[in-house]
Amino acid sequence: MALVSFHDVRKTYRSLQGVDYSAVEHFDLEIEAGEFFCLLGPSGCGKTTVLKMLAGFEAPSAGEILMDDRPVTGASRDRGVVFQGDDSLYGWLTAVENVEFGLRMRRVPRSERRRRALEFLDLVGLAGQADKYPSELSGGMKQRIQLARALVNEPKMLLMDEPFAALDAQTRALMQVELASIWQAARTTVLFITHDIDEAVTLGGRIGVMRAGPRSQVKGVVEVSLNGARSRTDDTFLRYYKQVYEMIRDEVATSIARSA
Amino acid sequence: MPRSRLQRFWSGYGGYVLGFVSLVVIWHVAAVFVVGSVLFPPPVVVYRKAIVLIRNGVLFEHLSASIQRILAGFLAGSLLGIPIGLVMGSFRPARKVLEPYTEFLRFIPSVAMITVAVIWFGIGEASKIFLIIYTTIFIVILNTAAGVSAIAPNKIRAAEALGASRAQIFCHVALPATVPYILTGMRLAMANSFTTIVAAELIAANEGLGKMLWDGRMFMLVDDIFVSLVTLGLLGFVVDRMFRWSIYAFAGKYSPAT
Repeated sequence: MALVSFHDVRKTYRSLQGVDYSAVEHFDLEIEAGEFFCLLGPSGCGKTTVLKMLAGFEAPSAGEILMDDRPVTGASRDRGVVFQGDDSLYGWLTAVENVEFGLRMRRVPRSERRRRALEFLDLVGLAGQADKYPSELSGGMKQRIQLARALVNEPKMLLMDEPFAALDAQTRALMQVELASIWQAARTTVLFITHDIDEAVTLGGRIGVMRAGPRSQVKGVVEVSLNGARSRTDDTFLRYYKQVYEMIRDEVATSIARSA
Repeated sequence: MPRSRLQRFWSGYGGYVLGFVSLVVIWHVAAVFVVGSVLFPPPVVVYRKAIVLIRNGVLFEHLSASIQRILAGFLAGSLLGIPIGLVMGSFRPARKVLEPYTEFLRFIPSVAMITVAVIWFGIGEASKIFLIIYTTIFIVILNTAAGVSAIAPNKIRAAEALGASRAQIFCHVALPATVPYILTGMRLAMANSFTTIVAAELIAANEGLGKMLWDGRMFMLVDDIFVSLVTLGLLGFVVDRMFRWSIYAFAGKYSPAT
């Protein structure tokens, strides 16, 4: 029994020229409870559209999205979201106040929510930065706040939209390792959107490779059986990398040809 | 140590001090050596006259009349304008309904409304306060509404995904994210309030800095005119500094971008 399932979903947008185009069409996907699912695809393939629909920010034009057998009708705290950029953070709140936000909205008593927020800041390695404002923190730290803010709210599922794409390579690699270990401890179901094969193989339990957009679908799913720490120089890692690479290569070429 | 404090003062305010000193010097040179007429008094004469007007209470009377009108109208205009701007920025139907009002009325300058205001409310306080409200409200509304629509959509989405209700999003996201825009609108409105109040007092008032200007013209009291002008400049400068300071104090926290 899957936690999340997309059935024959289509999402149609209207361009500024008034032309309708479907980002995804006949899109099917199932995500199991407790898994780390990476959705990988070339830019413009509609992977963020998939996340927005599951988050409840946008409604599908056709088809249905079920979570726990119930259709997704809007955003809810069942599905925590980590955005790519830092513009979702509240600049007028400190790091710990940002993390507390969801608890505050649920009227969790002040001392209780402060304690839990600090716990999660500690989990993401920001224990010393609780009273800093987002503008005083680096890009990597801001993504950690977002992660803590989503996790402290105890969502059934975490949706991550290319959360490390804007970070420098070293910070990104470090964040991947830390996310993997946080996930090992928390075991929350994760949908992780990325265009980076390396990142997908490093983090994903299963990797769904998307076709080039528009009217995109999942081309195929690769199950990654690598346990514990994954090393980029490991033979098995490279084998998975190659397998995913071969699946996505043609899609990237198509995507480039279409946008040219 | 005192030396370094002095240095810090100069690096922070030295430019200002220099600017103001040069302003007074140029004024003096222009009045004494270039124009040399009683119609353009030098700073010393204006300063002496100001002392006289401060001692006999006349300046304070006019100043406080103008300040009270500006403050009352400005506060009322802001208190009305902020919620209207928030509603216009948040709800599209509300914007459609209210836009004809703001888009039509904001092009009628408040100075043009003076005659109507005097006919409606007489030459007392009511007409002045009405005019300052009129001056303030549209700038505050437009800036507030612009601030609301400039909120990053992800801020709203994040709140939704964290379980916030619509009302909570309004209070805890939209309102604080808009604070810098509101303050900027109020700052611009304050500057315009000075123009309006002087114009209104020139035409119809029993006291106020504008009335002081008018009396100066009627009775050829050129020194009085200059005292009033300098007072307006200083008052505006001080008030604007206060606004800039509060925007600066908030801007670090309430930055619209992050």
